[in-house]
Amino acid sequence: MLIAVTSLTLIAGCLGLILGFAARRFHVEPPETVSEIEAMLPGSQCGQCGFPGCGGAAAALAEGSAPVTLCPPGGPALARALAEKLGVAADLGAMAEHEPTIATVREEICIGCTKCFKECPTDAIQGAMKQIHSVMKEACTGCGKCADICPTEAVSLVPLPTTLGNWRWRAPACA
Amino acid sequence: MGFRDLMDEVKLRWGVHPAGHKALTSECAIECMPLPERLTLPLAQHIGAPARPVVTPGQRVLRGQLLAEAVGAVSSPVHAPSSGRIVDIGDYPVAHPSGLTAAAIVLKPDGLDEAVDFADCDDPHGLEPAEIARRVAAGGVVGLGGATFPAAVKLGLGRRNPVQTLLLNGGECEPYLTCDDRTMRERPEAVIDGARLMARALGAEAIVIGIERNKPAAMVAMQSAAAAHPEISVRGLPARYPMGSEKQLVHFLTAVEVPAGGLSAEVGVVVHNVGTAAEISRVLRTGEPLTHRAVTVSGAAIARPTNLRVAIGTAVSAVIAHCGGVRRDVARYVMGGPMMGMLLPGTEVPVVKGSSGVLALVADEAGGGEASPCIRCTRCAGVCPIGLLPFEMAARIRAGKSEAAVDIGLKDCIGCGSCAYTCPAKIPLSHYFSFAKGSLAAAERARLKNESIGKLTAARSARLEREAQEKAEAAARRKAEREAAKRDAARAVAAEAAAGRPQDSQVSA
Repeated sequence: MLIAVTSLTLIAGCLGLILGFAARRFHVEPPETVSEIEAMLPGSQCGQCGFPGCGGAAAALAEGSAPVTLCPPGGPALARALAEKLGVAADLGAMAEHEPTIATVREEICIGCTKCFKECPTDAIQGAMKQIHSVMKEACTGCGKCADICPTEAVSLVPLPTTLGNWRWRAPACA
Repeated sequence: MGFRDLMDEVKLRWGVHPAGHKALTSECAIECMPLPERLTLPLAQHIGAPARPVVTPGQRVLRGQLLAEAVGAVSSPVHAPSSGRIVDIGDYPVAHPSGLTAAAIVLKPDGLDEAVDFADCDDPHGLEPAEIARRVAAGGVVGLGGATFPAAVKLGLGRRNPVQTLLLNGGECEPYLTCDDRTMRERPEAVIDGARLMARALGAEAIVIGIERNKPAAMVAMQSAAAAHPEISVRGLPARYPMGSEKQLVHFLTAVEVPAGGLSAEVGVVVHNVGTAAEISRVLRTGEPLTHRAVTVSGAAIARPTNLRVAIGTAVSAVIAHCGGVRRDVARYVMGGPMMGMLLPGTEVPVVKGSSGVLALVADEAGGGEASPCIRCTRCAGVCPIGLLPFEMAARIRAGKSEAAVDIGLKDCIGCGSCAYTCPAKIPLSHYFSFAKGSLAAAERARLKNESIGKLTAARSARLEREAQEKAEAAARRKAEREAAKRDAARAVAAEAAAGRPQDSQVSA
């Protein structure tokens, strides 16, 4: 009994020492991550994350004060990539609730003021003075800046319509 | 069963033997179905970019007239199956498990069936290879086995990779379907002719036609039709699902394995369906584009199962009504075969170029039931034609780790469903894989969108910068102009003054 306890304690102690030594000896300085993370983010400075722009978000991510799921335009794919990059677990549950949205223009109340497309970070809205504006679905990130600025509330965010191109099978019932 | 067949059976380590149900329709000759009230012609009946309409609602069109043209390199045109008037161009339900709509042209036939003048060709074998591919593309021919890949694109593969062998797929390994079997029995010359034309377009020297041994009549018909051509060999295949899958067929008939993620053309083999061959022969000889196809209408619920030649765009409900309607409760409508076909949300969807079958299955045939836990019997791994571990992939997907499933070969899964078919626990394995592939595709789309957003943002900042610069330049120009005008005015005043005092002219200049 005593022999077993002693030997196991000794082995554990030795291994602990080796691990402790290795952690110090082979310590690697974390690389300059902020700029790398910023490159991964969409870069549209849309502000949906609550930070001033992608740069701010990258800094917060690098110091660990923001969740990897912060970027709605990036979606789960980006969250996963960020989690891998930062070596943290991504809680994609919160992400799934955030359905991707895009802006639409209600043509009957659009007055053609051009404010929305001056605001759009990706030039996704097309139009001209006193002409009805319209949104190009492929370019819209759903940031909502246009909806905020529209004087007639003609621009609103709607869930991304399901088409044959983006439809996919749901998970099997027993999953 | 001969010795060679026995050896084949022993050699093959994969696949399943689903009940064939082919006797329901295998003796039913392909009959022409009369034109329905209206035809719904989806613009995307092929893999690739949807066709672009070239007609307008209200316009009268003739049989064989181009309704929508191909867009881009991988696309296929759509032609009118009969003469009539275009009623609408809009979104209509299509054969897809989602029940979503897609853009389609609706044609109301007038019953006159007037045709445009077709440029027929007596000797298509004298055409240049590129010209054969061009005419096949213009005829709107796509892979009729169900994959619907534009046939002409596959014929062009010979230009990039040297192709030695053209394989003709007469496997028809899906249960119920007999339209390829009937085509081989009724039009063996057309199949051989089309195969020779395709081989010419590809530059292939040898043609191998693979036919499952459960179709002896088709085998005899094809052998006698091919007797005059020494470059064609007709080979028997073990009746095993999924024998008709491209990679499996290539491996079995040529003993060459197609690399993961690669095309069979990379190993010098191109595979086409026998139905496609027969259509290519017809398209090239008559000049008439693809507007009709052979469809097997079967299943225990169908009153009179048979094979039909149907105008593309005919509603499934009309096809079933022509076959006497349904006589029992239908558990499931399927387009294509029961293993890899499309589950239909309803019957108001059109038959398209890729529809090899219309099945109305009763509950006994549809199978299904409660799934129970996996007992790791590994039967699914035993039947997988690719040699994957379906139980392990499904476990990883179930744990929300689709990427981990990719690590063990999810992307190589051909979706044949053999694993789900054989699973004693009734685990919906292929559903898991479809789900995971869908999630991965969505992630890929999101990634691409992010990339494009980055570019758009950069383009916007560049534009704003340019505009600011242009504005500054314009302001500077205007300022310079103003100053120049001021100077000119001053100069004019000075000149006027100088005119009064000529001795000061040198100073003012």
